[in-house]
Amino acid sequence: MKHQTISTAVELKAVTKSFGNTAIIRGVDLAVARGERHAMIGPNGAGKSTLFNLISGRYPVSGGDILVNGESVAGLMPFEINRKGLSRSFQVTNIFQRMSVFENIRCAVLWSLGYKYSFWHRLGGLKDANLRAEEVMESIGLKRRRDTLAGVLSYAEQRALEIGVTIAGGAEVILLDEPTAGMSRSETADAVELIRKVSQDKTLIMVEHDMGVVFNLADRISVLVYGEIIACDVPENIRGNKAVQEAYLGTEAH
Amino acid sequence: MAKLKYTPFNLGRWLVWGGTALVMILLPFVFTEGFTLTLMSQIGIGVIFALSYNMLLGQGGMLSFGHAVYSGLGAYFSVHALNLMAKGSFVFPVTLLPLVGGAAGLVFGVVFGYVTTKKSGTTFAMISLGIGEMVFACSLMFPGFFGGEGGITTNRVIGQPFLGISYGPAIQVYYLIVAWTLACMAAMFAWTQTPLGRMANAVRDNPERAEFVGYDTHMVRFLTLLISSFFAGIAGGLNCINYEIVTAENVGALRSAGVLMATFIGGAGFFFGPIIGSIVFFIMVIAVGAMTKAWAFYLGLLFLLIVLYAPGGFASLIVMHLPVLKARLMHRLWLPYAAALATGAVLLAGLVSVVEMTYHYSLESKTAPEMTLFGFAFNVTDTLPWAVAIGLLVGGFVISRFAWKTVGRAWGDVVHVVQRQSA
Repeated sequence: MKHQTISTAVELKAVTKSFGNTAIIRGVDLAVARGERHAMIGPNGAGKSTLFNLISGRYPVSGGDILVNGESVAGLMPFEINRKGLSRSFQVTNIFQRMSVFENIRCAVLWSLGYKYSFWHRLGGLKDANLRAEEVMESIGLKRRRDTLAGVLSYAEQRALEIGVTIAGGAEVILLDEPTAGMSRSETADAVELIRKVSQDKTLIMVEHDMGVVFNLADRISVLVYGEIIACDVPENIRGNKAVQEAYLGTEAH
Repeated sequence: MAKLKYTPFNLGRWLVWGGTALVMILLPFVFTEGFTLTLMSQIGIGVIFALSYNMLLGQGGMLSFGHAVYSGLGAYFSVHALNLMAKGSFVFPVTLLPLVGGAAGLVFGVVFGYVTTKKSGTTFAMISLGIGEMVFACSLMFPGFFGGEGGITTNRVIGQPFLGISYGPAIQVYYLIVAWTLACMAAMFAWTQTPLGRMANAVRDNPERAEFVGYDTHMVRFLTLLISSFFAGIAGGLNCINYEIVTAENVGALRSAGVLMATFIGGAGFFFGPIIGSIVFFIMVIAVGAMTKAWAFYLGLLFLLIVLYAPGGFASLIVMHLPVLKARLMHRLWLPYAAALATGAVLLAGLVSVVEMTYHYSLESKTAPEMTLFGFAFNVTDTLPWAVAIGLLVGGFVISRFAWKTVGRAWGDVVHVVQRQSA
């Protein structure tokens, strides 16, 4: 495979995004190395989620280019970007509410195993897909909720399923949008372990507000303020960065 | 309404399918009149059509107002093929003629479907309506193909009988329809258990997430529509054999609305819903239609009641009771149900009386004011019958409300017990 030789998993080149006259992302350059766990922080409204939406193809970019495994994905549809090995989760849980936990995950593995739009395979007979779905359920700790409808799971369980659906297809690049938002302290600790486990040997980019989680997990941190990255470094340096403290911690630390 | 857990009856699946087949095969021995055979044949075709429709509505979340386009064009291509076969210029067995209809449905699915399925929701509904109108308009523009107002007639008996099968007698056509209905039912059920079938559900429930797990939602909808239009075309082909005439009605909006109603009455949320829906729908159209001019009024009322009080259709009413049945609590419901049924019968009698008398009064009060209703002969211009009818209607309404309250309370109790047991 060609992209194995490229050491940068995700690269953003002068990416901009405007809604009408309002510039939300104002020229972002970023390179995330293969295997890196990268956190994106910044005050509310800085454009973190927008940046995720651009990378994953939910919105088209207004300018600049985005490369995944060395290939440009700007202007591609979300499913095309997903097929290139990038998968994302959502800040507001976005799962198949009327399907069971198992069905949710199986839906997320079908394409990656090559079943595509098949109407000549029987789902029950797809050993690899069913096995993979069971494995993912095991790893996100929802095995005993196998046949429960996703819509009736507890909040923390739904967040775990959100991550499960995201990683099930075996994408090499994983984007997690506030995976621990709204969780209790113990739930957050579980979530951190889960994220650490599922991002093993993968490239992870996450938006996160919980600084404990960020400093615990991230190899590098980008700080986004008003649509620009004002710092991008290892956690120790970010902690000591004056500009970051002023722009970000100054508004958040209260 | 309370949420209940239930497990679909996988165990009895063979029993259900075998039983269905057996019932369809044995029905003509029970109901021997020609009229019921016509009704049952129509129901069989209706089941295929409604199941194909529910692939869109129930499985794929696409509300179509123009599904008759595919069955109707399937019927037209079948009738032309049959006429060519009669002339000997096209050799094909009549038994497999529905495949011609299916192929035509599929081809037009390709032609219209790609645009139609770009969006779901209201956009899809509007485009399907537009295409339905377009095709109907074409039926008047191309009288050579569509046969103008008279339609295209044919004769299904061609060539020599094979093993005594000529498709002359209606009973032979009935069994042809039974065979196709069973095959199509099985195929469409199997489809729900495939990757495409499951992803159609996923796209229905959350198209955005489906895109982020690698699926092009447009393609999922498009392929679903193709398969649906194929089966709709088969239903059209059977219609052509059954009636030996195909008119522009077959592609019309009324036919499209009919399949929507049948599917909704039966319940779009369950595979077997449209089957029940077709049975109810065609009993209303054909059997009730033979009895009274007001059949469309009753059908409309039934549809309204379902939409308002049981939006999951008859199927949801059945499925709702499965956990109660399992918990052996049905005995707590029989009495309230009997009360509701009895009071409902009074209300219905009042309603039917008022409706029938109104029809009779406005249409025939000058020429033939006498009428017979429920075995009573009376003059529709008299006051007493009206007083009785309105009395039944109002009285029935009042006691029904009491009965329904009892049903509601009994149901609440039962659900409570079931939930406590399962917790």
